[in-house]
Amino acid sequence: MNILRWGLGRVGAAALVAWVVTTVVFFALRIAGGDPTEAILGGPGSQAGEEAVAQARADYGLDKPLVVQYLVQMQRIVTLQLGDSYARKTPVAELVGAQLGSTMLLAVCALVLAWVIALTLATVATRAHGLAGRAVAATIQAGEVVATVVPHFWLGAVLILVFSSSLGWFPATSVGAAPAGLVLPVVTLAIPTAGFLGQVMRDGLAEAAASPFATTARARGASESRILWRHSLRHAALPAISLSGWSFGSLLSGAVVVESLFGRPGMGRLLLDATNARDVPVVVAVVLVVAVAYTVVMTVADGVERLVDPRPRGSARATDRPENRPTDSGTGSGARSSTDAPAEQSPRTEKAIV
Amino acid sequence: MTALTTGPALSPVTGRRWSLGIAGAVALAAVLLMVVAAAWPALLAPGDPDAIDPRAAFTAPGPGHWFGTDESGRDVFTRVIHGTRQSLGIGAAATAIGVSIGLAIGMLAGLGPRILDSALSRVIEVLFSLPSLVLALLLVAVMGTGVTPTLVAVGLATAPGYARILRSQVRSVASSAYVEAARLEGQPALRVFGRHIAPNALWPLVAIATLGVGQAIVWVAALSFLGLGALPPSPEWGAMVNGGRVYLVRAWWLTLAPGLAITLTAAALTVLGRRLGRVVQA
Repeated sequence: MNILRWGLGRVGAAALVAWVVTTVVFFALRIAGGDPTEAILGGPGSQAGEEAVAQARADYGLDKPLVVQYLVQMQRIVTLQLGDSYARKTPVAELVGAQLGSTMLLAVCALVLAWVIALTLATVATRAHGLAGRAVAATIQAGEVVATVVPHFWLGAVLILVFSSSLGWFPATSVGAAPAGLVLPVVTLAIPTAGFLGQVMRDGLAEAAASPFATTARARGASESRILWRHSLRHAALPAISLSGWSFGSLLSGAVVVESLFGRPGMGRLLLDATNARDVPVVVAVVLVVAVAYTVVMTVADGVERLVDPRPRGSARATDRPENRPTDSGTGSGARSSTDAPAEQSPRTEKAIV
Repeated sequence: MTALTTGPALSPVTGRRWSLGIAGAVALAAVLLMVVAAAWPALLAPGDPDAIDPRAAFTAPGPGHWFGTDESGRDVFTRVIHGTRQSLGIGAAATAIGVSIGLAIGMLAGLGPRILDSALSRVIEVLFSLPSLVLALLLVAVMGTGVTPTLVAVGLATAPGYARILRSQVRSVASSAYVEAARLEGQPALRVFGRHIAPNALWPLVAIATLGVGQAIVWVAALSFLGLGALPPSPEWGAMVNGGRVYLVRAWWLTLAPGLAITLTAAALTVLGRRLGRVVQA
C-alpha cells in the first residue's frame, strides 16, 4: 500500500514537472523569443517573402491566438505528438528518439564510474593512518575539491591532449557505443561527479565512525574493516545515493559540453544546435525528456535508498529531519528526496549552514 | 545525512570566530590576487592583451612568454590576466542576479502564507529539477547569444537553487525559539524581521554566494566555450579555451592556461566559501 502511494506520488511529480516545464518554456519562448517563423524559414536573416511567411504561419498554427497555440501544444504533448522541428522539418520525436540512447549510455556509464572512483577514494581516505596516511587523505581531499570545480570542456581537452594526441591510447572522437571512443567522454563526465560524491561519502564515513553504532560494534570486538564494510559504508552511501539523482542531472548538463567537445551525437548536441537555430519544438522536447529522465533517476535513487536504509520511514528519518515531514512540503513524497540535493553546491556548505 | 534545508537554527548571531585555517587563508589570498588582476590588470601584466606579433606566433611557454603565445603572437599570460575582469565580473554579476531573485522568492515562500509557500515551493522544485546548463541553454534560446544574455541566463538558472536554500533558512529561523521570544515580547513584526530573521537567515548567504561565483564562472565559461557567450577575440577564459581548441595539438598552452585559470579561481572560491560557511556556523 505504502509502495503504491509512493509510486503514484512519483508519477504525479513527474507529470507536474513535465507540465510546468513545458508551460514555462512555451510562454518564455513565445513572449521573449521573437517570431518563430524566422526559425522555420531558415534562421535569423532569412529573406523569405511575405507569402512564404504567411504560409508558414498557417502551416505551424502560428496565426492562432497564443492560448489556442498553448492548448494545441499541451494536447500534442499528452498524446506524445511533439510536432515537427522548425529547422529540420522532421518529427521532433524521431530526432530526440534517435539521440536519447547515446546520451543515456554516456550518462549512466559516467555515473557508475563516478561511484566506483568515489567509493574507492572515500574508503582509502578513511582508512589511511599515520603521517603518510594523513598526507594521502589530504591529497584526496584537495583532489576532490579541484575535481568538483574543473570545467568539463577543459578537462576533456586535457584528456584528449594526453591520452589521444600524445599517447594515442583512445580516439578523440566518439560515436555510439564503441567502447574505445566512449572512454574519454565517460571519464571526462565522471571525474567532477566523483569528486562531488566522494566528499559526500567521506563526510558520511567520518560521521558513521563517530556514531554510537560504530562504538557498539567496536565494543563487541568487530574489526575496523568489518565496521567499515558492514556498518559505516551503508550509512555513508545513503546521502550519496540520494544525491546521485541530482548528479545525474548535472551529468546531462555536462553531456551538452562533452558531446560538443568529442563530436559525439546525442541530446546535448541536439539541444545546442536547436538553441542556436531557435528551434522551439526541439528545445521543448529535449528539455521535457531531460526533466522526465531526471525524475525517473530520482525515483530509482529514492527506491534504492529505501532498500539500503532499513529504518522505517516516518520514525527514524522524520526525527532526523524535522523540516522534511510530508505535511510540511505540500503533497509529500514528490518533494522529499529532492530536498536532499544541493543547490549547485557541495553538500559540505549545506551542512555548514545548518 | 544532514542537509542544509533541514536543521533548525540553534543560536542567534553572536560572537564568531574569524579563523579560516591554512587552506582558507591560501584561498583568500588567491581570491584577493584575482580581484587585483581584475581591477588593475596592468600591475601583473603590463603588456597589451591585443598586441599582435605574427612572427612570434605559437611560441611555447618560456621566459618572455610565461604561457606562450597564440596564433597571432599575442601573449597568453597577458590575455589570461586581462580576462580576469570579464570572467570574474560576469560570474559575480550572474550570482548577484541569481541571489537577488532567489532572495525575493525564498523570503516570500518562507514568510508568506502557507498556500503561497507550497505553490512557490513546487515551482522552485520543478525548476531545480532541470540541470543548470540545460536551463541556461533554454534561456539563451529565448534571449539570443552574447555576453549579457549568457550572464542573465546563468543568473536565472541558478536562482531556483538559491531560492530553495533561502526558503528553508528563513523558515527555520522564523520558527526558532529566539524569534518566538522576540514575538512574545511584543516586538513589532518589522522589527523582528529586521533585527532577528533577516540577519540570521542572510548570514549564510556570504558563504553560498562565494561558492556561487565560482560555479557561475564555470557555467558562463562553458557557454562561451559552446560559442554562445563571449566570442574568441575577447580574452574571456571560456572563449580563450574555445579559440585554443583548434590548435590543441599544435599549441596545447592555448587551452591549458585559461582552463587552469578557471579551475583555480573556482577552486579558491569554493574553498573560501566553505571556510566562510564554517565561520558562519561557529
